[in-house]
Amino acid sequence: MPELGRACLLLALGVCAYGIGASLYGVRRGRVEFALSGRRSVYALACILTVAFAVLELAFLRSDFSFNTVADTSSTTTPTFYKAAAVWSSQEGSLLLWAWLLSLWSSLVLFLTRRRLREESPYAVAILLGFAGFFISLMIFYATPFATTNPAPADGVGLDPLLRHPSMMIHPPMLYSGYTLCIVPLAFGMGALLARKVDAEWIRATRRFALAAWLFLGVGIMLGARWSYSELGWGGYWGWDAVENASLMPWLTGTAFLHSLMIQEKRGMLKVWNVSLVLATGVLAIMGTFLVRSGILSSIHAFGGATLGVPFVVLIGVLIAASIYVVYTRRDILASEHRLDSLLSREAIFLANNIVLVGLCFVIFWGTYFPLISEALTGHSASVGPPWFDRYTVPLALVLVLLSGIGPVIAWRRATLANARRNFLVPLACALIVLLALLAAGVSTGKPLAIAMFCCAAFVLGSIGQEYWRGTRLRRSSSGEAPPLALLALVRRNRRRYGGYIVHVGIAVLFVGVAASSSFQHASELSLSPGHSTKVGAYTVRYVRPTGTITSKEDAAHTGATMSLGAVLDVSKDGRHVATLTPSEGFYDSGEPSQGSVGHLIGGQAVSHVSMDGGVTRDVWSAIAPDMSTPRLLRVMNIANKTIPLVRPDEGMIALAVLVREYLKAPPPAQFHLIVSPLVLWIWIGGLIVVGGALIAAWPAPSAVRRRVRVGARSAEDRLDRQPRSPERGLARV
Amino acid sequence: MSPARKRTVRLVVALSAAVILASALIYTSFSAASPTVTPSQLVREGVAGREYQLTGKVKAGSVRREGQTLDFAVQDRAGEAAVPLSYTGQVPDPFKEGREVIVTVVKRDGRYIGQRDSLITKCPSKYKVTPSKDKTY
Repeated sequence: MPELGRACLLLALGVCAYGIGASLYGVRRGRVEFALSGRRSVYALACILTVAFAVLELAFLRSDFSFNTVADTSSTTTPTFYKAAAVWSSQEGSLLLWAWLLSLWSSLVLFLTRRRLREESPYAVAILLGFAGFFISLMIFYATPFATTNPAPADGVGLDPLLRHPSMMIHPPMLYSGYTLCIVPLAFGMGALLARKVDAEWIRATRRFALAAWLFLGVGIMLGARWSYSELGWGGYWGWDAVENASLMPWLTGTAFLHSLMIQEKRGMLKVWNVSLVLATGVLAIMGTFLVRSGILSSIHAFGGATLGVPFVVLIGVLIAASIYVVYTRRDILASEHRLDSLLSREAIFLANNIVLVGLCFVIFWGTYFPLISEALTGHSASVGPPWFDRYTVPLALVLVLLSGIGPVIAWRRATLANARRNFLVPLACALIVLLALLAAGVSTGKPLAIAMFCCAAFVLGSIGQEYWRGTRLRRSSSGEAPPLALLALVRRNRRRYGGYIVHVGIAVLFVGVAASSSFQHASELSLSPGHSTKVGAYTVRYVRPTGTITSKEDAAHTGATMSLGAVLDVSKDGRHVATLTPSEGFYDSGEPSQGSVGHLIGGQAVSHVSMDGGVTRDVWSAIAPDMSTPRLLRVMNIANKTIPLVRPDEGMIALAVLVREYLKAPPPAQFHLIVSPLVLWIWIGGLIVVGGALIAAWPAPSAVRRRVRVGARSAEDRLDRQPRSPERGLARV
Repeated sequence: MSPARKRTVRLVVALSAAVILASALIYTSFSAASPTVTPSQLVREGVAGREYQLTGKVKAGSVRREGQTLDFAVQDRAGEAAVPLSYTGQVPDPFKEGREVIVTVVKRDGRYIGQRDSLITKCPSKYKVTPSKDKTY
């Protein structure tokens, strides 16, 4: 099996080399059959890498510890669900997942655009295969997923318990899909520049894939935030960590591109800006992968001692130099067809939105890479913390939310005073009502930025609600449909516009959750004994009794924990019972005999299983860190380690049962982390609204599909008739 | 004013604003940054009252909790120098002896104090797990 995997990688590298050569030869010499062959190389690559990925996945599912990566990240006791997800927990598996997803998405994109972009596609194919070839080379020369050890160890280390969370199955593939899909617009953008065809066609053809990249990246970021909130025992969802920032940066430039491409489509403006954004998004996606894989920056996620820094630096250097070169040498064909008529126009608001998004990206880039920048400039590494990021990102986020309310209602080209009065009265009234309601409700004025965010969000909801209301009313007056049907028809007929509006609503809702939970949170970190209670905000939390279980079968979270210790907490408000929480901490086998014959059974990573009472208005969140180091418990463990042989884990489990009984009989004080956070649920609801809106915007309308096929066929025929004989002429017949 | 001149003025104003904002960003990043140091560097160069980002491994046998305070020492990745410190606030799950941590510290009255909630432990999501051989029960 490992031989098959290795053969697949070598074959895949050969296919990449052939595909690049065939595509470039085909497009330069006007040989259609070679360009077609290059495109088919991508399909072949997807098939070969699917086989390679299946080989590795099977090795994990069969617990084939002769594969080094399986022995390092899985074990016989790792639950099957997590064995399947453990493939991408290792460096080698992650690289394979990256290359595999890139080949799959590239194949899909090339298949769907096979009748369009004939001049640009061969260049795009060569670029996509170049990226795939880079990652495959890394797997062949630096970190092969198919390296083996003979004889194979009897068992593996196991998947780190922190990763035993359902998000492990979907969060990394989502992020990697986002990163790899960011490469698609880059490839087509560069292809359009190389083919000197920078009209809006390549943008129209790849817009949906840019949106898909944005969506996958966004979902990946949200899943990561949710995972962090519900698993990591710190109660936060964003920490400005380098790896988190790395995924946010291409998302921000991607958001800017999705807005500014509308200006190019409608008015032929911002061509240089758009190709620059596309190229920057692709480069940032690669830089994000580099940051995670190289361990160059201190991060809670980063590798220790990884060796992929140099190849990535070379790739990024080449990519940036090539991007600057093609944009500079094609500047003559990138001139705008129109000028900005007024600063009070939708184009200007879109431009402002772009500047804020790129500004946000620059702030995050500077803060993230500051340790490297300061070391290069001063010789000493220094870093900036969350307060520095908050100082700049919070005001920029406020402006961004406000612009997302102004953009949909302001007129194209030039807004008049009458237009402004007609469109901004309702949104402004909504913002004012919210401000007065907050002040009347006694919300602290000591948090002006949070209050400003609530008002901006109300402005956005007012503005989008007004657009929906007007559209539905217009539809009703022309068709006589009932309001719900008119609303549905309105969205169905213009999915891109109204889907986009839903995304704006989702972003506003999400920021309301972020502003409320970060500004009005109550947290407590303290030690409690059974029967004792504490106050967190308006809530009283009482430690009722300890809990303890052994063996994976009894582990409520089904993550394979050997032992689990926790607590039953009673939460009340004003003397009335609100919720019962049961946080626990799972202990895992370390597989390290030096920790003792019984000690190793619980000597691995300890992981919090958070318990919370989530609600529309607030979350009551709890985590526990039980104290296992009391003299009595240590004595029990010492006796067990001395009397039970290593080869009798069944007896070891009995000793753990005794340990748990002793813990429950006289529980020592446990450390609790308690948080009452308002409106956290709205962050996740906002995220779901964004996803819903993006799916509506990305979904092609049936009539539009038919129209596009007809128009595409007609324009291809027209082009054939008009085109002079040239190398590209042959390609147009593909 | 002619449209071309108007555009030039707009461009100059926009670029000037961008330069001013970028300068402010760069200036504040240098003034707000904490130097990243290893325990041996901190022992050598540590100045009272200044914030440092201390990186290293949690020294075996140094972890002690007293009420709200967690006392532990951070040791060089390869070396003997260690800095004992007192910390209050959130303690991440992966925190344990032998694990790599990053914590913001400041020297007060000859002792190093960890800033509240500044402790982060490297999540092993992207590197191989090496169980601590020092830890025994």
